[in-house]
Amino acid sequence: MNRSILRFAAAFVLVLASFGVAAEQEGGVIKIVSSLPRTGSARGQTDTIVNGIQMAIEESGNKVGAFTIKYEDLDDATAAEGQWTAEKETANADQAIKDPDVMVYIGTYNSGAAKVSMPKLNQAGLLMVSPANTWPGLTKPGKGDPGEPEKYRPSGKINYVRCVPADDIQGVVSADWAKKLGLLKVFILDDREVYGKGIADLFQARAEEIGLKVLGHEGIDAKAQEFKPLMTKIKATGPQLIYFGGTTQTKAGQLVKDMLGVGLDAKFMCPDGCFEDAFIDSAGAENLQDRALVTFGGLPPEKLTGKGAAFVANYQKKYGKFPEGYAVYGYECGKTAIEAIRRAGKKDRDAVRAAGLTIKNFDGALGRWSFDKNGDTTLRTMSGNTVKAGKFAFMAVLGED
Amino acid sequence: MLILLQQLINGLTTGTLFALIAIGYTMVYGIIELINFAHGDLFMLGAFLALTIVTRLGLEDAGVAGAAGGIVLTFLCSMGFCAGLNFLQDRIVYRPLRNAPKLTPLVSAIGVSFVFMGLGQIWKGVADINFPDVIPNQNLLGTDALRFTAKDLLVILVTTPLMAGLTLFVRYTKMGKAMRATAQNPTAARLMGIDVDRVIGWTFAIGGLLAGAASVIYGLTINTVSFQMGYQNGLYAFTAAVLGGIGNLPGAMLGGMVIGLVRSLGSQYVGEQWTSALVFGILILLLVFRPSGLLGARTREKV
Repeated sequence: MNRSILRFAAAFVLVLASFGVAAEQEGGVIKIVSSLPRTGSARGQTDTIVNGIQMAIEESGNKVGAFTIKYEDLDDATAAEGQWTAEKETANADQAIKDPDVMVYIGTYNSGAAKVSMPKLNQAGLLMVSPANTWPGLTKPGKGDPGEPEKYRPSGKINYVRCVPADDIQGVVSADWAKKLGLLKVFILDDREVYGKGIADLFQARAEEIGLKVLGHEGIDAKAQEFKPLMTKIKATGPQLIYFGGTTQTKAGQLVKDMLGVGLDAKFMCPDGCFEDAFIDSAGAENLQDRALVTFGGLPPEKLTGKGAAFVANYQKKYGKFPEGYAVYGYECGKTAIEAIRRAGKKDRDAVRAAGLTIKNFDGALGRWSFDKNGDTTLRTMSGNTVKAGKFAFMAVLGED
Repeated sequence: MLILLQQLINGLTTGTLFALIAIGYTMVYGIIELINFAHGDLFMLGAFLALTIVTRLGLEDAGVAGAAGGIVLTFLCSMGFCAGLNFLQDRIVYRPLRNAPKLTPLVSAIGVSFVFMGLGQIWKGVADINFPDVIPNQNLLGTDALRFTAKDLLVILVTTPLMAGLTLFVRYTKMGKAMRATAQNPTAARLMGIDVDRVIGWTFAIGGLLAGAASVIYGLTINTVSFQMGYQNGLYAFTAAVLGGIGNLPGAMLGGMVIGLVRSLGSQYVGEQWTSALVFGILILLLVFRPSGLLGARTREKV
């Protein structure tokens, strides 16, 4: 009995192995999947990220060596929630893990979603490349919560890299920028999500360090429809600036409206989660005019040079639209995925994972950058933007002085 | 002190909005014991129609007279639209299920809710949309310390007559009487020669009418609409209906106000992030000690 099972198992393994060998010899298909919120108001932004990924893959001719590259666009959001959900993100990670052709997982958009899928993908040894996660704890020891980032690495190996600079940089430069603009009294709000609260806390720490007056710090309920009571309360404290750690999806637009609604005339600063046209659409262009201060990890598309400028030109040619801020990160992640597969040279998850981490001095659309030992990009350039006539307008390069 | 007063104004204005929507839930429940989950999404579609009209007419840049006329027109269209749609919804979906087990129409209501949400998504997309600022945000009081804006005035000017009118309608008209009779006992009402289906149709239409009015007010004062607004507001309105005693009209109005006030005062004195927890915490406590809601047991009239 035992023996027959053993024999059967041995035969099974042999068959599997021969498949594996055959696949390796003829090339075969390698899949790259992405998991981004494709339903809900982040859609505008993720559309351009997906376009960027597709452009990167197409530019490689859908081939790396003998392998044909296929791309699959997964959605980690639901219509009912309007943003990512843990259930969908888990399902996407499981789907990718179970599909033996998947070698790279591009995602996620939200840091909270990354927390969910990172440990799973790590155990499967699947390379994860993020175009948009900025919570420092995902990669940087000592910069996040206790236990981070080890808890995302149950296998003990690193499988997660990101092309975007993290919030420990963004939060700090935001506070510095506020001081430079003479906005010394600030009230801080956050959306109580990993990303929003994370960056708001970092902003607060830096603000206190450089002598800004923090009048208060509150978490909002992102499901609430209006915030007039909150703004009434804030108005009484007399701030010059409201800093909101959150995204368009967590009601940045409504906060601006209600701030004006209660007659509070202050500036409104928010991080890269609001650096998308959907923010201007939801808040109303005239409400944001010269009032919104939006930081972004990297330069806005119109300020990119070299390969980045070429990307923007090609993008416009191909899609007939100007890309949003994160499109170039989608493109860079696509390039990273392909480079990792090229360096590995074989269809093996662990080889691709290890190869991804070795990418150094990569000459990409964002400039020349490397992944450091944590899997973070070495890029540190940030930009500060405002809104003029319904469009984001570049104001300053941040964090370089 | 002024802050307290300001928060009372904030709370009451949002509260009356919840109340208007809550009436739609409570009326339908009172009469056919159905929690019409699609009601919030009907409200959303009304707001979308209002948005379309306001944008088409270009009310943002129209003069005072033009804007006023346009707003009246928007109210009429949205109210008519929601009333008609709610009536049709009953006719097509719920009426064939009148004698089915209670759970069947309930599940159908959830289905209709999804259909409406899907329609909204196709109609206006998934992102939050800015609703043009037609009503000026101007303070009507002389001091800056206390604000009572034209928007707040609009809320009161529209909701008060609607609620008063509805109360009078239910109390004094023949149809109102028929509604109360049907609510108490549909079979007996039928025996007395009341066309119960027609009464139910009216109930849906009136509920829709108020949701339509609420949707325009919402757009004009909160200035953001999205296909999900029906779900969120519906949840609060439903809570308001239960808080006040579901099936009870004044209860729904009171429940709406209570929720609005708990939200605004909670934000001021407890903390913004606790407001939802406060609202539902109060609901739970109330249901433990007064299962029929604030006004549920006191009056026998259900509509």
